[in-house]
Amino acid sequence: MAIDKMEQSLRPPQLDLKPFPAKIITLANGEEMVVREVKREEVGVLLGTIQPLMGVQKDFYDIVASRMYAEILGWFEYRVANEFVLVGAINGEIAGIVNSRLIDGKTGMSYHTMTIKRGLRIGAQLFAAKMEHHIDILGNDEVHIVAESPNGFKRWMIEYALEDRSSRYPALHHELGGVPTFTLTRELWERVKADKCTGTRPVSPEKLATADKLKMPSEYPQIPGFKRG
Amino acid sequence: MRNVSIVGIGHTVFGNLSDFDLVDVMAFASGNALDDAGIREDRKIIEQVFVANMGGGIINHQTGIASSLVSRMDMEPAMAELVENGPASGASAVKLGYMAIASGMVDVVMVTGGELMRSVTGWEGTDFVASLLHPEAEYNYGLTLPAYGGMFTRIYMERYGLTERDLGLIAVKDHQNGAKNPFAHVRVPCTIEAIHDSENAHVINNYVAEPLRMYGMCPVSDGAASLILCAEDSPKMKYFTKQTPIRITGIGSATDTHCVHNRKDPLVLDAVRLAAERAYAMAGLKAEDISFAELHDAFVILELAISEEVGFFERGKSAEALRNGVTAIDGAKPINTSGGLKSKGHPVGATGVSQVFELVKQLRGQAEKEGRQVKNAKHGMAVNFGGFGNNVVAVICSRRDA
Ligand SMILES: CC(C)(COP(=O)(O)OP(=O)(O)OC[C@H]1O[C@@H](n2cnc3c(N)ncnc32)[C@H](O)[C@@H]1OP(=O)(O)O)[C@@H](O)C(=O)NCCC(=O)NCCS
Repeated sequence: MAIDKMEQSLRPPQLDLKPFPAKIITLANGEEMVVREVKREEVGVLLGTIQPLMGVQKDFYDIVASRMYAEILGWFEYRVANEFVLVGAINGEIAGIVNSRLIDGKTGMSYHTMTIKRGLRIGAQLFAAKMEHHIDILGNDEVHIVAESPNGFKRWMIEYALEDRSSRYPALHHELGGVPTFTLTRELWERVKADKCTGTRPVSPEKLATADKLKMPSEYPQIPGFKRG
Repeated sequence: MRNVSIVGIGHTVFGNLSDFDLVDVMAFASGNALDDAGIREDRKIIEQVFVANMGGGIINHQTGIASSLVSRMDMEPAMAELVENGPASGASAVKLGYMAIASGMVDVVMVTGGELMRSVTGWEGTDFVASLLHPEAEYNYGLTLPAYGGMFTRIYMERYGLTERDLGLIAVKDHQNGAKNPFAHVRVPCTIEAIHDSENAHVINNYVAEPLRMYGMCPVSDGAASLILCAEDSPKMKYFTKQTPIRITGIGSATDTHCVHNRKDPLVLDAVRLAAERAYAMAGLKAEDISFAELHDAFVILELAISEEVGFFERGKSAEALRNGVTAIDGAKPINTSGGLKSKGHPVGATGVSQVFELVKQLRGQAEKEGRQVKNAKHGMAVNFGGFGNNVVAVICSRRDA
């Protein structure tokens, strides 16, 4: 009983988050990627997917993978407030993962975008889905965003022309490393949404079923010769 | 003139190589070429090195690149010069390598082209390439190469009834080839349904410079390629027993007005036509003799326009050939068997050298194991397009038994 109480006090209060309605995106190679929210009981397959990338230095995969691993584990263990995780799956195989959390009902704190399958701009699609969830579905007015790699900086800060809020640093900072933050506002989102965000809804039950049971990737372009032990 | 053969080829993967510096990347390709030629230990037989690069001084803050490469490769005291001719720097370096040997000045030359473009943002990269435009009449108005590609495409579409779907078909063909090329930057095949017909196409294949979409233009790539050239009458040919030598049979280049608006017809690429005519004349060949070609498709429209200028198809008729599969790998005139700039990538200084690398690979019959071998390839042609068509180099390579 004492432990339960202790555990209770360790858990942050949680907002009730609306679910992300699944969508499907036809990628350039004709494959269809289901984008859907991950359920808590699926965390194991996500961690197994992320873990091999924790040793990949190129493009800062090591930092992104290690932090994302901790954030998702934290979500599972009730150590992060108001977190959500979306996954992109092709024939059930995980092609990319994004996660984020809400500070309150109005403000989002974007965590990470992890692309496993490369060359199809899967990261760009999943990041857009994450922003769609924050602003269009959860009703946030703005989302704080930082990048850990030049790739991310080009994709988000430059392409979305995010607002630079560094003048309010250190009072306003991003949770990832306590660094100055950039911000996507609702107004900016409305401006870029049509060009950045796509996906077909509703997803037919058959297609949704392909992503029912998530599978870990069989190969990683980031790790030549990878074999799952 | 002396006959000159290509006796060694090397290539790095194209893509993001920003973990390395420019000369490292060039050294990887050069080392591969030495290994391919079987002369790594004997590399000091190389008397002259030409290095093709467009932006080292601007985006990598590095000059003296040719001497640096020679030193990195432990090839002193070889003579070494840098060749800069915008995106056609690579083929210009091949041309100078050829001239150095044909003139009798030297017997063995290494030509290496390389570029590191991804260390800057996309905008800075686009701006750096735009520095080849006329400073007052073009650049100052914000013109860029993709903008020119877009405008050229629009005029072509209006005049010849080309559609956006046709543009997509070029990408589909090129990516089919590029997906099988281990050196290609974007190694994924694409389908016309996905990049054009699907309701998601406007985002997964977004407009970059209307009517050109992302799959209508090359990616921004890092990478390098390298060739070893030797005079066929030189005693040094004895070093090169490892590979079948492939002869350079024709080289031509030509210039056109710096400003595109000074041309009588913006769709007529005089420099391409003249470069090809000069190369054909030197080789004693005609357009119909060419088995396959690498054409500079930085913007997919250029594949069509160049294929018409070099005489493969009548003006306005290349799209029909594309739709009918004539330019596919198993068609009568395969174009961009490497994936082209579209899929393989376009590290500007490396491109012309990489195009010739592909000619050699096909003519040796070494693309077979990658499943993209042109059958009975005898003569291959590369067209490397500098500026917006103001300095173009065409190279023809042939099997020596052709
Ligand atoms: C088309 C263009 C705007 C895309 O820029 P970008 O989105 O910043 O592209 P990046 O290189 O960062 O790549 C992002 C993703 O798109 C893919 N990609 C990039 N360019 C692509 C292209 N042209 N076609 C297909 N896919 C492409 C990459 O593989 C990458 O996929 P991943 O994230 O899944 O791994 C850019 O490549 C460009 O400006 N091209 C023209 C270059 C040019 O003008 N060269 C000089 C001509 S003379």
